[in-house]
Amino acid sequence: MGKEKNKTSKSPVVLFVGEEKEPLFSKKNRQLLSDPLNDNNPITVQVLGICSALAITVQLKPSIVMAIAVMAVMAFGNVIVSLIRNLIPNRIRIIVQLVVVASLVILVDQVLKAFAYDVSKQLAVFVGLIITNCIVMGRLEAFALGNGLWKSFLDGIGNAAGYGLILIAVAFFRELLGSGKLFGYEVLGHKGATLAESTGLYAMGYENNGLMLLSPMALITVGIIIWVQRSKNRKLIEKN
Amino acid sequence: MNRDSNIYIFSFAAIMVVIVASILSFTAVSLKPRQQENVRNEKMQSILHTIGIEVERDGAQAKYDEYIKEELSLKADGTVDENVDAFTLELNKELKKTVDEQRFPLFVADVDGEKYYIVPLRGAGLWNAIWGYISLKEDMNTVKGTIFDHAGETPGLGAEITQGWFQERFVDEKIFSPNGELVGIAVQKGYGGGNNKDDNAVDAISGATITGDGVTNMIKERLSHYLPYFEKNNTKLALN
Repeated sequence: MGKEKNKTSKSPVVLFVGEEKEPLFSKKNRQLLSDPLNDNNPITVQVLGICSALAITVQLKPSIVMAIAVMAVMAFGNVIVSLIRNLIPNRIRIIVQLVVVASLVILVDQVLKAFAYDVSKQLAVFVGLIITNCIVMGRLEAFALGNGLWKSFLDGIGNAAGYGLILIAVAFFRELLGSGKLFGYEVLGHKGATLAESTGLYAMGYENNGLMLLSPMALITVGIIIWVQRSKNRKLIEKN
Repeated sequence: MNRDSNIYIFSFAAIMVVIVASILSFTAVSLKPRQQENVRNEKMQSILHTIGIEVERDGAQAKYDEYIKEELSLKADGTVDENVDAFTLELNKELKKTVDEQRFPLFVADVDGEKYYIVPLRGAGLWNAIWGYISLKEDMNTVKGTIFDHAGETPGLGAEITQGWFQERFVDEKIFSPNGELVGIAVQKGYGGGNNKDDNAVDAISGATITGDGVTNMIKERLSHYLPYFEKNNTKLALN
């Protein structure tokens, strides 16, 4: 079995040599960036990395920081694994990938603690959990191990952007409907103790929907996004 | 060299571990001063928050110096241990010692002529440690303010103890019963007392019974060690 795997892991390398001359942003390379945003979105299509998406999307700010953190980890992880892909012993490749991701995550965590302490507290365990984020390991195993540096970098950025896009979309609705704010600023007006003191939508009797702040609503929001996406993009619908 | 040979795998793993370890330790060491600064400032922010003073993280030191007049490390008998710095005292380490060996930090603040006593708290929630600060007014009985934090309580349930609306419930509560016994403040399920501030109880968070009990126990246990000091320094004690 080991030998068989060796063969498969070597063949894309040959492919890459043939493709080396293509321009930096060829159609194929652009697709690496754009596919994960829609047709092959890691959250809505592959349904990976859901757990962190549910937990941290109460507010926009931590979601954006999380998206950036995942992007950094995936881009560098992909690049590093792609760089050493011809050196990695096949039998311990998963361990090597884990070590690469884990070290990057620790780096991100340390940097956040030093430069964005509040956000690092809000994200808490979830930065650490990037290690177990299925998208990250999935891209390393499925893409970076068999592709060149530039392509792997694009793939990492693309997939992280796809993940971040959904995160930010979910956080937008949750923060807006849940607490009437965006980035911590009151956008639906000011909520007073009495109706008379309220402004904006609150003055018309609007109440924040506390349910949006709970994790189950994140799942439902993701569900609605998946629904909307599939009704727009018919080819995503599985045929029975 | 054969990438599947044991020697190759072992040497690859060894080199990888050395490289990764050096990168991580270098980052951790170089970012440490900044991170400790953040933790220090946050501690000052928390202490100031309990006496109603909100500051930005960067301005915490100045305000802290302005309002906090005394930092005391108390022994179990209520006397002050001059050799221990109250601010850097780590409660998690203290809690592992016997009561006689423990030192109990107490911060005395002066805000516009009003004196406040701030007691650091630490206890156990449902999943992990919880901690915080409680400040008492000059009668050493009425609560001026509280702040709580946690390491791993459930978001949306136990983690809600960090929210302002929960912490505000403690304001003006009494820690002594009318007959002068230290009872602390019970976080009570199905509490029907409304705004009654003399019954040593506040309404709990639904779904967070164990975290709530943790808060109750933490407050009572920590405050009980300050009784000798309170008795020595307050003649008005327990005159509700």
